[in-house]
Amino acid sequence: MLTRLNVASIYVLDKDEALDFYVNKLGLEVGSDFTQGEYRWLTVRVPGKPDVEISLEQPGPPLHDEATAEQLRELIAKGALSGLVFHTDDIRALYETLQERGVTDFTQEPIDHFYGTDMGLRDPFGNAIRVLERKTAAAATA
Amino acid sequence: MSREAEELNRHLLRARDAMDRAYAEPLDVRAVAAVAHISEAHFIRTFRSVFGETPHRYLQRRRVERSMFLLRETDRSITDICFDVGFMSLGTFSRTFHEIIGETPTSYREGHGPMVAPNCIQMWAMRPRVAVGSAAAASSETESSSFGEARVPAAPLG
Repeated sequence: MLTRLNVASIYVLDKDEALDFYVNKLGLEVGSDFTQGEYRWLTVRVPGKPDVEISLEQPGPPLHDEATAEQLRELIAKGALSGLVFHTDDIRALYETLQERGVTDFTQEPIDHFYGTDMGLRDPFGNAIRVLERKTAAAATA
Repeated sequence: MSREAEELNRHLLRARDAMDRAYAEPLDVRAVAAVAHISEAHFIRTFRSVFGETPHRYLQRRRVERSMFLLRETDRSITDICFDVGFMSLGTFSRTFHEIIGETPTSYREGHGPMVAPNCIQMWAMRPRVAVGSAAAASSETESSSFGEARVPAAPLG
């Protein structure tokens, strides 16, 4: 029986730039950052939540030949690959913080729905990120 | 060469995101092209080669998807919905809706109720596919200098 999700991967165009965005702007923390030979195992995670890590992978050898890597990079840049969804406890404060940190690539400012408030942005490469503040049970019935 | 393609794609995506955000406003293609930092003609051509349809068609599908959402989820009149999602005339809305979906807004509303999925999922999953209805539409659009519905120059887009 599977017990939990441990690592999910996303493709980025540059690991240093990804680290800066995901940690210094979005507010995640570094999980692992080890370099073995030419390979750098780099993960980030929600602070204080070590169970699930996001591995930041760069297309290229030895996993991909150059032509494949090029195709992947072009797909990332046009937003055609998958993205991430996070929860937050205060989405409007987060929206302001992100703006203060220089994030401009919002795909959607916070909008209220019956299940909560969500917003959308992109990482520097084109990956979609969505953030949701779920409505609490009390607020939902109010 | 590849680096250039990546940067162009990223710029085009930013312009596409701007259309997704501001679909309800009068948009003109020049303002959207400016988001991508490229000329209008180059924008229409490259957008089409990267995303498989003209910017105009992309915006129409966005607006039609949002109208489908409002038809499913609300009791608002079809005229109100038409203007809510950025169309400037009921005639254009009805024609475009039928062209893309293959049925009228009224019959779509009768056949579909609210959907149980977060809004962001609905926004991409329920977007009508490219050219499900009449596939024509395209050739004149490549030369079109506006998005058809826009009558008022749009404010600069983020």
